[in-house]
Amino acid sequence: MELDAKAPGGPIETRWDRHRFNLKLVNPANKRKYTVIVVGTGLAGGSAAASLAELGYQVKCFCFQDSPRRAHSIAAQGGINAAKNYHNDGDSVYRLFYDTVKGGDFRAREANVYRLAQLSLNIIDQCVGQGVPFAREYSGYLDNRSFGGAQVSRTFYARGQTGQQLLLGAYQALERQIGAGQVEMHPRTEMLDLIVIDGRARGITTRDLITGKIESHLADAVVLGTGGYGNVYYLSTNAKGSNATAIWRAHKRGALLANPCFTQIHPTCIPVSGEYQSKLTLMSESLRNDGRVWVPAKKGDTRPPAQIPEAERDYYLERRYPSFGNLVPRDVASRNAKAVCDEGRGVGESGLAVYLDFRDAIERLGRHVILERYGNLFEMYERITGENPYQAPMRIYPAIHYTMGGLWVDYNLMSTIPGLYVIGEANFSDHGANRLGASALMQGLADGYFVLPNTISDYLASTKFEKVDLSHPAVREAETQVTSITKRLLETKGTRSVDSYHRELGKLMWEHCGMSRNAEGLRHALGTIPGLREQFWRDVRVLGTNEELNQSLEKAGRVADFFELAELMCLDALERNESCGGHFREEYQTPDGEAARDDEHYSYAAAWEFRGVGNPPALHKEPLGFEYVHPAQRSYK
Amino acid sequence: MRIILHIWRQRNAGEKGRIVRYEVPDVNREMSFLEMLDVLNESLIAKGEEPVAFDHDCREGICGMCGCMVNGVAHGPARGTTLCQLHMRHFKDGDELYLEPWRARAFPLVKDLVVDRSAFDRIIAAGGFISVATGSPADGNAILVPKENADSAMDAAACIGCGACVAMCPNASASLFMAAKIAHLGLLPQGQPERERRAVAMVAQARQELFGSCTNIGECEAVCPKEIKLEVIARMNRDFLRAKLTGRGDTLRDDEAEVAESKPLAGAQR
Repeated sequence: MELDAKAPGGPIETRWDRHRFNLKLVNPANKRKYTVIVVGTGLAGGSAAASLAELGYQVKCFCFQDSPRRAHSIAAQGGINAAKNYHNDGDSVYRLFYDTVKGGDFRAREANVYRLAQLSLNIIDQCVGQGVPFAREYSGYLDNRSFGGAQVSRTFYARGQTGQQLLLGAYQALERQIGAGQVEMHPRTEMLDLIVIDGRARGITTRDLITGKIESHLADAVVLGTGGYGNVYYLSTNAKGSNATAIWRAHKRGALLANPCFTQIHPTCIPVSGEYQSKLTLMSESLRNDGRVWVPAKKGDTRPPAQIPEAERDYYLERRYPSFGNLVPRDVASRNAKAVCDEGRGVGESGLAVYLDFRDAIERLGRHVILERYGNLFEMYERITGENPYQAPMRIYPAIHYTMGGLWVDYNLMSTIPGLYVIGEANFSDHGANRLGASALMQGLADGYFVLPNTISDYLASTKFEKVDLSHPAVREAETQVTSITKRLLETKGTRSVDSYHRELGKLMWEHCGMSRNAEGLRHALGTIPGLREQFWRDVRVLGTNEELNQSLEKAGRVADFFELAELMCLDALERNESCGGHFREEYQTPDGEAARDDEHYSYAAAWEFRGVGNPPALHKEPLGFEYVHPAQRSYK
Repeated sequence: MRIILHIWRQRNAGEKGRIVRYEVPDVNREMSFLEMLDVLNESLIAKGEEPVAFDHDCREGICGMCGCMVNGVAHGPARGTTLCQLHMRHFKDGDELYLEPWRARAFPLVKDLVVDRSAFDRIIAAGGFISVATGSPADGNAILVPKENADSAMDAAACIGCGACVAMCPNASASLFMAAKIAHLGLLPQGQPERERRAVAMVAQARQELFGSCTNIGECEAVCPKEIKLEVIARMNRDFLRAKLTGRGDTLRDDEAEVAESKPLAGAQR
């Protein structure tokens, strides 16, 4: 299969403008004749649904939560990047573009990233217009902070709740369209299959989570904004409900899935406290602006942190990376935390934690400044751990946070199935092998507000749609498929709960396909997963019926998909014989332990084609060219 | 430690519910409240009994999906804390806890501890927004917002829409929820053009949804996990009154007003 990225050439500054001019438009009066399905209501899905409805399209929008406002974008804390250069510190669209390509370790498509940097400007304007209460200076102007992987201050924020406020902006825009009758909203409804007719995405099959009713919905195009797959690992910073079912079932219908092994480990999360742990909580990366990361200089030092004198502390990030210090990118910070813990210098009961210390910042700036910047984060930390971070340093450890991989899309955000668009974290496009902090919000909103509403018109205007109805054989087939999976899960009546299988899979993935990987471990995982998956299908215990709210049944379907996806992740990680960004293969590192890329052989996006469960998938490569930012060993020293 | 739970079990809105007693031995102090319920559910599944249904998602106190009454208090005993962020170190060995769903006419029960809060969405759809089409705003710094206003707007905007205020209010009023949005948008320059209209439309929708009226009791403020202050309700009342006195709130066109009066908004009707 030839992967045509449809990325325009020529001067990078004008690519998006020229491309946009060449896209076909739908006449305003004709827009209402088209129906678009949007699945997911996070920053990407919510903003897309609202914007498409404003344009006049008929929108049907779906989410599994009880309200579109609950999508997990809401939990993003730190901020959103934009190259406004309000601080005269040398920022520009080009610099944001450069930082993002470099931060992604040269595994993203240049044209996409440049567009993202350009649109970052419009996003801030849009959100201010909606009433997002961004932090302000006393003058009334917008305030900024700095974030990992950048040497300029370009992150806009609303206390430690930026994601919440941006999402509520998109949610309110969406509700306005629901009120106006432009959007038909289906909360507590889960997409369980994609309907493909004559090679085009024409609808979805869903389960009503309250009544269990399996239904199909038809449209002229389908947009997935269903987020990432970090919950493969069971323990992650994702919401409990976050899942890969929508993208995985689209993948099984023919959409290629790219770079599944590119997962991001966030360096600053609250450490695991016990076996019952149900999820991990992130402490915003913005804390690294003022917090200093350290561990005791010598092994097995169990003194309380306050009793360890300055000379016996190792501020290892400042020591190893003097120019970026505590603000190195996430992958670098995470790997270093793991390395010092592996050396036996970790702190806390488990030895799997490092300190994030605010003592010096409090001395320098005063407690009130720290309170204002991070008050809610400090409270959250204290609520969870029972410890006061104003008095003792926080203990943090890396955790799975974001997945850069996802369904392959071209420059128009269309997958390999015509009419199926994928936006936000669900696609693979803009972050390469590592996402920089405060860039996920930017990408979700760029895709939803500004890219998709433009590109989708080209598809709608240039396609002749055959009339289809719910009696079409493809619709029947999808419904039969969904019903049989549900039935099988309920009829298995095995011995172990869904969660127990999910935990087991998660542990295996964290050990062998987590923060660092090697061929042997990946082969072991690949050898173990199929057996575990078969056992799951033979032995899972799902009580209750389909015709009611059945949370075990919902989870079971999602975990079944995680089993299949996990195998692909390991395979992708094994195939990629290099280290890049979040994908760290132990065999491929520089003498001083940094990731060693192999541009000669692996400068491509790996897009996988599904060939049946248990059958080896086919690999298709989209070669990546770098005309502007020349690949170099990333250095943050 | 050992915790005794008395949990409201109800298969669906049509069937009768009842309180069922469960014991959870070996509760760890570091567990969150929901992790204790996970442990209970795992043990129920092992025994072949159906697990307790409860809403939850982010488990970091921000999505607003979780919540139930714990011994008559919404989200339990810790101030400014959602149920998912409540940790078992607040309890002691042998404690008996009664868990019940939010009870309000406007929040019909779905199952066990799960209720339907879509009425909140319809209130936002009625007017809880600034009408700005994608692409129209000018530069972000073209609108200056005094820091105090931005901060107060953020205080109000912190609402997570969990419904604890309604559950705790003897009148089942949604005033704190509505007023938080009205105050957030009304404190910002961008929110001024629709200020009166917003208050009138949202209040009308809340009446449609059968939420009660506010009688200044303050239970809502006491249990709000985001510590939204009662003062926002004063702001809402002022906006509403001003709309009525100046006639500006009647900018609802006749046909729109009719819709608001006669039926809930289209969309999430269940």
